[in-house]
Amino acid sequence: MNARAQPWLFLAPALVLLAVFSFWPVLYGSYLAFTNYSLVRPTEWVGLENFRYIFDNEMFVTGLRNSLLFLLMVPLVQVGALALAVLVNNQLPGIRYFRAAFYVPVVTTVSVVGIMWGFMFHEQGTLNYVFMQLRLASAPIGWLSDDTLALFAVMFVTMWRGLGWYMVMYLAALQAVPKDMQEAALLDGATRWQQFWRITVPMLRPTIMVCTILSVLAALKAYQEVDVLTQGGPMNSTFTALYYAYDQGLKHLKLPRALAASMVVSVVCIAIALACLRYLRPRHR
Amino acid sequence: MRTALHYLLLCAIAVLCVFPFWWTLVTALSTEGNVFAYPPTLWPQSPSLSNFNAVFDAIPMLAFFKNSVLIAAFTVLWKLALCSAAAYPLARMHFRGRRLVFGVILATLVLPSEVNFLVNFITVTKLSLVDSYTGVILPNIVTAVAILLLKQAFEEVPQDLIDAARVDGAGEWTIFTRIMLPLIAPWLATVGILTAVEAWNEYIWPSIVMSKPDSFPLSVGVLYLRGTFGSSIRVVAAGTVLTILPTLAAFLFTQRYFMRGMDGAVK
Repeated sequence: MNARAQPWLFLAPALVLLAVFSFWPVLYGSYLAFTNYSLVRPTEWVGLENFRYIFDNEMFVTGLRNSLLFLLMVPLVQVGALALAVLVNNQLPGIRYFRAAFYVPVVTTVSVVGIMWGFMFHEQGTLNYVFMQLRLASAPIGWLSDDTLALFAVMFVTMWRGLGWYMVMYLAALQAVPKDMQEAALLDGATRWQQFWRITVPMLRPTIMVCTILSVLAALKAYQEVDVLTQGGPMNSTFTALYYAYDQGLKHLKLPRALAASMVVSVVCIAIALACLRYLRPRHR
Repeated sequence: MRTALHYLLLCAIAVLCVFPFWWTLVTALSTEGNVFAYPPTLWPQSPSLSNFNAVFDAIPMLAFFKNSVLIAAFTVLWKLALCSAAAYPLARMHFRGRRLVFGVILATLVLPSEVNFLVNFITVTKLSLVDSYTGVILPNIVTAVAILLLKQAFEEVPQDLIDAARVDGAGEWTIFTRIMLPLIAPWLATVGILTAVEAWNEYIWPSIVMSKPDSFPLSVGVLYLRGTFGSSIRVVAAGTVLTILPTLAAFLFTQRYFMRGMDGAVK
């Protein structure tokens, strides 16, 4: 075996698969978004036609707005996950079980999550019972059937499923913060609160950045929870931009439109991720 | 006092995380009483496994289960093989273009994979892999995260071991299979378990590729219960329990692998 070829032989299968299933879709998809591709006739370049169509389409515009509304989750999830991580980052007896409990939603299939929360959100379900017991509601709330509430119900489930994942990311980062630095701060008379804001948070900046970007991307690409909980309803109130893309592409077989829609999602993702990178990058002192 | 408050908070959040599972299990085991009783029932009423039997009668549960096992098993095997092979030269060989290749692999982390499904469906169609396990598995067996984790694992193996093997006349392939892979076995286990659970839970892609209900994995097939059994919530709950049981068991017994995967991802 030729020594120069050797590394490439090891790498080849992985690189071929990445090329076919990760890079090709981006290139070919970007091209097809400007065509009238379909299985039945030759493909022609149609310029911005597909983009004009989707932006004139109420469903897509609603979807895009809803995808942007999903961004409201990002700060909630990140603050929540960091708080959870702080809460479980100690040696209390039994803490392992709590960590496991908080992580269990992460390892659950989205279809099962959809079914379970369908039960919880049922008109006579547990959630309405709790709300009525606490006098927060006088009549059962239609969590998934009310077109102003459904989107927030879906967002809540997305959060419920994602929180544990970010918690473990923050937990790993917290455990990497040097203990002596924190102790030194306490000896110098810092309060716990100061210690947290002045030492722990700055040390966590890289993790906060990565997690925030990942959660921004996840929010903009919200699709699965919508599919298993509401299928975009009631009255299209939970349509997201990517849901529109799949609906057009896979159910109506309008692939170029679907690709135009998903290109818009990607561009928004990239723009917001770059903005996060710029503002959250650890500062050099 | 502080500790008590701490535990109270932990318990409240744990209830929020676990309650839907508990309620589903109780419903699946109960055979009597109103499903949506006020207050909600927290303990099964005249428990029996009859709802589980009803699941097997209603949908091809065993076929779904077999499909899920096959998909998960082959995804794990191929991913471990291809990603460790790719990670090895990146970690331990010097060659031109190494940094470029590594950069290209990292770039896939940023590419929006959800958006790829549409074109991947065309690709899979052209390769005549629709309705086949290969079609489901192929796009999932190489991931940047797996390559990254395994590359780190390879980097931690002492150079002396490799040098000694070279002196004994071992080729790269022998070093890779006989020395490196056994030494990074714990990391292979981590990647394997994370992949198994991911593959078991995968929902969108298999539902796109598979069109015949008999070839669905559980994650897709379980939703069929909701359609056929819209009225019998207990049976839907039982199907749900059967679907998550394997992942929950895998997670509870191998927790530390999940946490280690995260550790590696943060670095």
